[in-house]
Amino acid sequence: MYVAVKGGERAIDNAHAWLAEERRGDLNVAELSVAQIREQLSLAVNRVMAEGSLYDPDLAALAIKQARGDMIEAIFLIRAYRTTLPRFGASEPVETADMACDRRISATFKDAPGGQVLGPTFDYTHRLLDFALAAEGETPEVARGDARTEATPHITEFLNQEGLIQTEVTSEETPGDLTREPLELPANRPLRLQALTRGDEGFVLSMAYSTQRGYARNHAFVGELRIGKVAVEMDIPELGFAFEIGEIELTECETVNQFQGSKTEPPQFTRGYGLVFGQSERKAISMALVDRALRWEELGEDNLGAPAQDEEFVLYHSDNIQATGFLEHIKLPHYVDFQSELELIRKLRREAMENTTPVQEAAE
Amino acid sequence: MSDYNFAYLDEQTKRMIRRAILKGLAIPGYQVPFASREMPMPYGWGTGGVQVSAATLTPDDTLKVIDQGADDTTNAVSIRKFFKKTAGVATTEETAQASVIQTRHRIPEEDLREDQILVYQVPIPEPLRFLEPSEIETRKMHSLEEYGLMHVKLYEDIAKHGAIATSYAYPVKVEGRYVMDPSPIPKFDNPKMEMAAIQLFGAGREQRIYALPPYCEVVSLDFEDYPFEASKADHACDMCGATNSYLDEVIMDDAGNRMFVCSDTDYCASRRKAGHMGAQAAAASAALKETAA
Amino acid sequence: MTPLLKVENISKFYGRRIGCKDVNFDLYPGEVMGIVGESGSGKSTLLNCLAGNLDPDTGEVLFEMRDGTMRDTVTMSEPERRMLSRTDWAFVHQHARDGLRMNVSAGGNVGERLMAVGARHYGNIRDEAIDWLGRVEINETRVDDRPTQFSGGMQQRLQIARNLVTGPRLVFMDEPTGGLDVSVQARLLDLLRGLVREMGLSAIIVTHDLAVVRLLANRLMVMKDGHVVETGLTDQVLDDPQHAYTQLLVSSVLQV
Repeated sequence: MYVAVKGGERAIDNAHAWLAEERRGDLNVAELSVAQIREQLSLAVNRVMAEGSLYDPDLAALAIKQARGDMIEAIFLIRAYRTTLPRFGASEPVETADMACDRRISATFKDAPGGQVLGPTFDYTHRLLDFALAAEGETPEVARGDARTEATPHITEFLNQEGLIQTEVTSEETPGDLTREPLELPANRPLRLQALTRGDEGFVLSMAYSTQRGYARNHAFVGELRIGKVAVEMDIPELGFAFEIGEIELTECETVNQFQGSKTEPPQFTRGYGLVFGQSERKAISMALVDRALRWEELGEDNLGAPAQDEEFVLYHSDNIQATGFLEHIKLPHYVDFQSELELIRKLRREAMENTTPVQEAAE
Repeated sequence: MSDYNFAYLDEQTKRMIRRAILKGLAIPGYQVPFASREMPMPYGWGTGGVQVSAATLTPDDTLKVIDQGADDTTNAVSIRKFFKKTAGVATTEETAQASVIQTRHRIPEEDLREDQILVYQVPIPEPLRFLEPSEIETRKMHSLEEYGLMHVKLYEDIAKHGAIATSYAYPVKVEGRYVMDPSPIPKFDNPKMEMAAIQLFGAGREQRIYALPPYCEVVSLDFEDYPFEASKADHACDMCGATNSYLDEVIMDDAGNRMFVCSDTDYCASRRKAGHMGAQAAAASAALKETAA
Repeated sequence: MTPLLKVENISKFYGRRIGCKDVNFDLYPGEVMGIVGESGSGKSTLLNCLAGNLDPDTGEVLFEMRDGTMRDTVTMSEPERRMLSRTDWAFVHQHARDGLRMNVSAGGNVGERLMAVGARHYGNIRDEAIDWLGRVEINETRVDDRPTQFSGGMQQRLQIARNLVTGPRLVFMDEPTGGLDVSVQARLLDLLRGLVREMGLSAIIVTHDLAVVRLLANRLMVMKDGHVVETGLTDQVLDDPQHAYTQLLVSSVLQV
């Protein structure tokens, strides 16, 4: 006798218990601390902060631990937490020109005021697995120097002095908030940049790569990549002035792209822009390339039909929380709709076979 | 979860959602954009429905949550637990006892009343989406009432298959104006949409809310000579004998033997409590009587 | 008799470049106006301004609505204009793919406009589509085939059927025979001539091919560099061209 399957609640509780066990793993191995993740997996922490749209390295580290290292799960935890936070107001725009740069490079000039500073980069490492790391030995002492204090103006400013690069339009208007308003198209540049900075790194990387391979190529040069701390200031009306509430680490990338000109305007280089929480180079550069590709219309370029130029395609598919939610939802029961399809296909097949059999009978 | 507001969302967000709901009720079938929040469950798993329910619930409400018509499917359990934790509202499995019912992919078999609200979880709110992928285009089509493409699709179905080949998420025209996607309910449920209760539709990931006020006119699209049929499997429920409820097909053994059971578990349970018996239940009871004798 | 269409002072500029300038004419019911010129003459710009695909910078396009009133279609609301282009107006594109749904059957393509204005009987829609396919010499057995399976000439005939099924009063045509083989062109022109006469259509046809206007148009407008240089009855203009440019055009046509 058929008995309807029950026990969904117990199944869920047991599943969660097992999940917790797997998260902890072998009890003979030391448990990971949130501080360890924050300190030693900082690039993972950066990604979670960037795509979670919340700057809090401790929370991001906790999310990574709770998510067992699944980055998108961790980002999801941060996003859900962010939803519950009260908002006090908005900061002033950060001054990246005053950034205390740990890393600052330019591909467009051999040297510039402020210098080329490699910083802690993987760029020139040889990708050979370091088994000494597995042995967890002591870290060698690093030579120390004085902190950089020289002014590091933006490289694009030098190009701007000569009028060689287009000036970005400044505005006093407060941009819309992608997380508080539904996304409606066409989207303006601030909204596009917001979507890109919190978009999935893999997706934005692939879109950027596609432009380099010819799908709306825009000849990007890295005008400047800078990574370091900036001050966050907030205007307090009761006090009547703005003051610093803290500092955050940012990666900023400005690309110099192919020049544009017309009969009336002499040619100028065009720009792409990327800004991401933490040290997140790959993301910042990718963001700048895709930003530039999406600007084709305002720059009077042709729509080549390239995916990176399609605003709707890029913005609607860049959010990995939306993407994974919808993708994974197909695991949920769909048997009611499947039942309807079964009934329909049975009916159509019946009718199709009824239509063919009379011919056979005539032949007999 | 004492740090969270009643039903998880902050009051500002609820206000924003309620405004969208009111707009939806004032323009039946029209998709109102809303700023969907990230919720503790993934997009695609009912965040739209959950946000609508969260904005609608009051401490006095009694909540029922079903998925595929059943209260005990894992996602329904998960959502019901969420509201128990964050809202502390009473919950029930009995349709008649509930004041707010959140559902995925089914409308309860029992007629709903004027004092009830039905909240649907919607994956893709746009009925034209698979005919026209661009959102800019589809919004224009709705505002200009250009639905020719929809009928072309139905025409093509008949030309190809001899019948309209849509069995769920069957498009409807609301109050003679907007074409709407009723969410992936089987077409069998479409006629029920003309009901006494308020119906609210939430699509979290796609950021849209729409609504049907009570006694709204909801007409399934068709042709005069190929009229809409609210069809279901040609069986009765093997447990309770119901002939007019939507059935789940259950595979019984390796030989492929199957039985049919009401998808609406509460409906089936109440019928059985009232003494109705389906074919299998009757056979089992007869077998028991034989062994006892 | 009042004109069906009154075009007054239509101009369109692209920056400092002239698209078309100061175009004026009236079109009467049942009349076919040909607009000829070479590439860059502004004829396509003009056609698109008249048909509502482009916004002119100056001027009015007055159309006689079914209730007899003259309405300026340039300043009309978009919903009204889109309704017009589904009922009283038709636009035949040079490339059939621009005027057809390539992934919808021939029957569906022809039936769409009927369904867009409320037809709800599948059998009737299908019958009317088959009837129209017959009128444009497409066999009824092709009704469920996609346009991708049709030759260029057939696609163009299908486009015409799709446009004419709701009985429009004004048809815009942009190089309707462009890109087709000569014999196919001849067949198409013959068909168009028959339909125009049968249905009492008014039409504005843009083409660089003088043979097309000779066969289809009652009146002619010659354009060069955005300006109208000569107008008149087709036969008069072609047999006795007054403007130097018209003379050049006419004399350039190869006599085979």
